Amino acid sequence: MIETDIIIIGAGPTGLFAVFEAGLLKMRCHIIDALPKPGGQLAELYPKKPIFDIPGFPSVDAGKLIDNLMEQIQQFEPGFSFNETALTYEKLDDGSFIVETNRGTKIKGKAIAIAGGLGKFEPRKPEIDGLEVFEENGVEYFVRDPEMFRNKRIVIAGGGDSALDWTIYLSELASQVTLIHRRNEFRGALDSVEKVRALKHQNKIDLITPAQVVDLKGSNGFLTALEIEREGEKSTLKTDFFIPLFGLTPKLGPIGNWGLEIEKNSIKVNNALDYQTNIEGIYAIGDVNTYPGKMKLILCGFHEATLMCQSVYNRLNPGKKFVLKYTTVTGVEGFDGSKKVAEKAVVETID
Amino acid sequence: MSDVKIIIIDREGVEHEIMAPTDMSMNLMETVKAFELVEEGTFGICGGMEMCASCQCYVLSDTELPEKEDTEESLLLDEGVEVKENSRLSCQIPITEELEGLRIQIAPEP
Repeated sequence: MIETDIIIIGAGPTGLFAVFEAGLLKMRCHIIDALPKPGGQLAELYPKKPIFDIPGFPSVDAGKLIDNLMEQIQQFEPGFSFNETALTYEKLDDGSFIVETNRGTKIKGKAIAIAGGLGKFEPRKPEIDGLEVFEENGVEYFVRDPEMFRNKRIVIAGGGDSALDWTIYLSELASQVTLIHRRNEFRGALDSVEKVRALKHQNKIDLITPAQVVDLKGSNGFLTALEIEREGEKSTLKTDFFIPLFGLTPKLGPIGNWGLEIEKNSIKVNNALDYQTNIEGIYAIGDVNTYPGKMKLILCGFHEATLMCQSVYNRLNPGKKFVLKYTTVTGVEGFDGSKKVAEKAVVETID
Repeated sequence: MSDVKIIIIDREGVEHEIMAPTDMSMNLMETVKAFELVEEGTFGICGGMEMCASCQCYVLSDTELPEKEDTEESLLLDEGVEVKENSRLSCQIPITEELEGLRIQIAPEP
């Protein structure tokens, strides 16, 4: 079982920054996220789009902001459980929690911070009979680890940025890449569309449009081929993997059944104090929470994460007086032994 | 600048008559959400970045609207639910005085 101080659900900017604030107070964190990588909405929905309202950044690309946050928290050695969804929580007699994920991972911590954003991203699935049998047996909705496609035959279905970008990326790894879309038009960044066009002309990928995958064939429980329908005609295409990228829809998920006060698909918190929910020890920060006057902005999530960490620290250290120190005064001591300090002034005569 | 009257039929079939402000740079999707006519998290999910089709609506009146661009058409066809001839992404329709009397129906939840 993984043991930590704060169990964070959601690896978006709010969940990530919480690691930093917790680290300043010498608390460790472990983050669970359903996506294969950190960043939440920023990494999955709009990595290349600029954000103009992050204080201190006239403009910062969403993906870059996540990279920066990952760098900022690295020194506090956060643990990550990617591709996992928090399923249940158990509160022990001493007030600590055990969260179990859908993959059986158990994490023990002293507090839970839900930084779930809009909810866990669920993929839109193609309507094909018997699809479930092949999920993770050839059918993948996320590229969890690009290496699993090395020297394999893959078929990607979809018409947007995700389908285009993965076609480009995996064309370098896979032995065969086929891109299928039910319409002739693709919708994405000009750069991506042009790269896919080039790959097609170089015969590095196959493009089948307008077409749809209508059936899956397998052997021994694993995918072996797809049945494709194009303008009324069916054909079979042998493949090792089928990656449908039809978009994602966020859903609150199992957390919705934890007995939290939910209003308008968001978790109600006490914003007069510390963003705790109606369950003591469980906090909700960032887009996932709601309170009078709530604004779903990244910068608000940053602020809420900070106050949440304070509250957890106070609960764990009752009676201890807290002194607010500025990072420029104390520096930042990482758990990895690193230390960031501000240079001290000198006192010297100048001849 | 005056408010414009817009009639919105929600996903339960209930008709709402609202007055939308033309001087707040709002679009139709934001207006629907501001008046809480949809369940939070099921409409305008991407916030108006034209990356989902959850703000789809059917235009029922003859009101003149800005032309549907390729990107809107493409997204509707790719990710829209029960797309029809009169489907539009409400995040692409700014609230202007020309919208007076507009009548729309919110498309089913994706």
